[in-house]
Amino acid sequence: MTQPPRPREVGQSRPRIDGRDKVTGAARYVDDLNVPGMWHGATVRSPHPAARIDSIDFSRARQADPEVAAITAADLPGPNVVKLIAEDWPILAAEEVHHVGEAVAIVVAPTRERARAAADRVDVTYTEVPGALTLDDALRGDPRVGGQVNVLASSNIDWGDVDQGLADADHIVEGEYETGWQEHIYIEPQGMIAIPQDDGSVEIVGSMQCPYYVQHALAHALSLEPDMVRVRHVATGGGFGGKEDFPDMLGAHAALLARKIKRPVKIVYDRHEDIVATTKRHPSRVRIRTGVAADGRLLAQDIEVVLDGGAYITLSPVVLSRAVIHAAGPYACPNVRIQGRVLATNTVPNGAFRGFGAPQSQFAAERQMDRIGRRLGIDPYTIRERNAYRVGDTTPTGQVLKESVSAIECLQEAETRTRFRERWQQFENARANAPDDGRPVRGLGLSLVWHGSGFTGNGEQRMNSPVTIRLNEAGAVEVRVAATEFGQGTTMVLQQMVADAVGVTAADIVVVNPDTVEVPDSGPTVASRTVMVVGGILVRAGKGLADQLMQFAKSDAASPIDCGPETNELELKAGQLLDESGAVLGSFSDIAAAYVASYGTLDITERFEAMPGIEFDEETYRGAAYSAYGWACDIIELEVDPDTLAVSLTDATLVYDVGKAIHPAMCRGQVEGGTLQALGYGFMEEIKLKDGAYMNDRLATYIIPTIRDTPDMDTVLIENPTPSGAFGAKGVGEIPMDGGAPAVLSAIENATGIVAAGIPATPERLFSDRMAGRVVSNDRAGSAKPAEGGPA
Amino acid sequence: MTGKGGISFSLNGKAVKVDLDPMSRLLDVVREHCELPGSKEGCGEGECGACAVLLDDEPVCSCLVPLIQVRGRTVRTIEDLETGGVLDPIQEAFVEAGGVQCGACTPGILITLRALLDRNPAPNRTEVREALGGNLCRCTGYEGILRSVEALLPGGDES
Ligand code: FES
Ligand code: FES
Repeated sequence: MTQPPRPREVGQSRPRIDGRDKVTGAARYVDDLNVPGMWHGATVRSPHPAARIDSIDFSRARQADPEVAAITAADLPGPNVVKLIAEDWPILAAEEVHHVGEAVAIVVAPTRERARAAADRVDVTYTEVPGALTLDDALRGDPRVGGQVNVLASSNIDWGDVDQGLADADHIVEGEYETGWQEHIYIEPQGMIAIPQDDGSVEIVGSMQCPYYVQHALAHALSLEPDMVRVRHVATGGGFGGKEDFPDMLGAHAALLARKIKRPVKIVYDRHEDIVATTKRHPSRVRIRTGVAADGRLLAQDIEVVLDGGAYITLSPVVLSRAVIHAAGPYACPNVRIQGRVLATNTVPNGAFRGFGAPQSQFAAERQMDRIGRRLGIDPYTIRERNAYRVGDTTPTGQVLKESVSAIECLQEAETRTRFRERWQQFENARANAPDDGRPVRGLGLSLVWHGSGFTGNGEQRMNSPVTIRLNEAGAVEVRVAATEFGQGTTMVLQQMVADAVGVTAADIVVVNPDTVEVPDSGPTVASRTVMVVGGILVRAGKGLADQLMQFAKSDAASPIDCGPETNELELKAGQLLDESGAVLGSFSDIAAAYVASYGTLDITERFEAMPGIEFDEETYRGAAYSAYGWACDIIELEVDPDTLAVSLTDATLVYDVGKAIHPAMCRGQVEGGTLQALGYGFMEEIKLKDGAYMNDRLATYIIPTIRDTPDMDTVLIENPTPSGAFGAKGVGEIPMDGGAPAVLSAIENATGIVAAGIPATPERLFSDRMAGRVVSNDRAGSAKPAEGGPA
Repeated sequence: MTGKGGISFSLNGKAVKVDLDPMSRLLDVVREHCELPGSKEGCGEGECGACAVLLDDEPVCSCLVPLIQVRGRTVRTIEDLETGGVLDPIQEAFVEAGGVQCGACTPGILITLRALLDRNPAPNRTEVREALGGNLCRCTGYEGILRSVEALLPGGDES
């Protein structure tokens, strides 16, 4: 791979390109758009988790509003499937429903109110059948598959000799950990507009992360060639993974209605429907047996990961794969066995959510480290410091970590900023001697996590995504990729990276809005891959464009520059062409204009190239699971009311190795926003089920953190570059989701002695943990043995 | 001043008269009827603040306000913060200091902050937290929002 260009734009925090439109209200999101002649769609949904559909009757709806049109599974023009990894997710339920909220029919009317009223008047009769509502039910057997355990996906890692490692251990520590659902709550609910065209094609405009996913799914569902489905991204009000998979479904619904009535159709969910119908984070149950040497070194880890996949496969196999690969945490251990399964339940399919399985499995890994520390009398910092990966260590997939390993650096920086060990010990002592006076108790918690950037294994090689850079008619440089902006700052960082790659200023770069007619399929905007992977390919393309223009400047008859035959080394820098001595020979814009005048526009297309030596065997789970890993240490400080067990967070110290911060302010924004989402996941955000339906299906009952629940954040970005990412950058989008929840629970434990095993650690749950005796055993807490190597 | 043919109020400094069902949600009136779609719907039930507008200078959730309630009163939406192409300082600060990511919460948050800053030009973190307790943001972790407000204050913004 070529050396990255010297950064000028990269590393600067300029005001974001879309900032002005967003602060003035001028930005147009899908629900702000009106297309002439547009009607509105609405969805009829199952109230049952498992049932046969006996009949669907539209007569009441049509009587009340004769203009209403409707579609059921029987009317579909193509295969009844939203094509993702598998082909099991129906666009509309046909014979049976498998979860509450499953779409049974879609209706369309001239206004949103009339469409929603019509949906309410559709009479569907069902015969309920037994289902598997919870993971416990699923483990007992799923009636859908004759009482067998219904496994949607499985992955295993086997490294070293776990049984021997356990036999050699001085201590065996066992733990079982549980996480619940999480809903994305992007503030803009999902929405799509489908516009049918005279030539039989359809245009889709909407809120989404992955325009080409939508194109592929719709081409399949409508039995059209992909280029007959044009998908255009518009301003998108948050995604977090939730607009990776579900827009395929919503786009299909809108397109089907639009083609039926030959008019544009908009479907925008209200918040309630969005929560009821769209994918969630997979609940998990993880069991770990760890063999530990007397000095705290890990000798063996035996880990079982079970995820609740919901009713259909969607993206579960890849979520599981990431969960499994991250399940042993960022810790060296010679013998590791990880067995992962996703089981089906009769609930809404669980899918993509920031972190993609890693938050679940690392929640368990981190809680287990605290448990090991307690057992051995070692504080949370020291037990991690002793085991964390260093350069040269080998992961459970047999990957030798050769560079850019910053676990220790993150830990040490966080310790320096917080005096963690000393203060943790003070809180331990305070707890042991606390008078029962009802005053709030304080605690400090810590987590250490890693997160692989980009697709797992050979995902990038398989996709072989192209990116294009174009010198356009006006002599400006266009970035043509399918990477979408949904708040993270994609547009900005693409502009910065390409500016430096070409050698111009950010103002010379135009990032073309993702539209399948305009941009190549550079892959989905997921997996923290945009900066590292897409950016890396773009840098190569940008340098290719610069080289070609410099060649033109040097030797073409039409060149506006006279640089003489003896000049060999030219350089483009901030829009100027320089010779070896640094003298300015001319401007990029003059050269570009002359080039375009002689030869027309210039497209440079490049594809992904794997780093040499980066290979992964997906059968055996051996090899380089990711070409680079981000590292992070979160320290959370909080107060707990000893009577109500209400938790209030006061401070967060967030130390993140991001490789290179392309735009430090936005990078920080990713860390802080992701962390708050992780903290909410840890102690607030809860979905409970009743008869297979979510009880928390509104913002009044699904509680996410407000600004009042938010700690002050001290964010530190460490830059330990990787050669496999653009400018050394590793992804930053997802890793902030991994460490918040275990750090909160660790701090609650420090404050109260309650060893919470599951999240969200709501007061209710903490009470039951305490009642069940999940508390720090008194002798340990009371004597509070100082850790070896820790402060005395 | 409200005859049979509609409900009159002041919207972003202009007198308007709206002939709609008096129980229409103010949010729909401004977004659809008055074609000011800057205010957003995040929940439709008073939980997220994305729809906040100023009603006689007080922030309210426009999804909960029926049209009839604004008769004769003054409504300001996000579209009114910028004057003659010049951003309000708080808008400027949001663009500069990381106060905005996806932007879905931003109109409601800016409107609410404008009301706060009008009565307290130098709020501390606690006061900002009080004022924004009803506005959800899922992107920033609120830290960028707090930093944006701090950038406005004397001595702020040296970062
Ligand atoms: S839309 Fe009005 S408060 Fe959420
Ligand atoms: S910026 Fe996205 S919700 Fe606040």
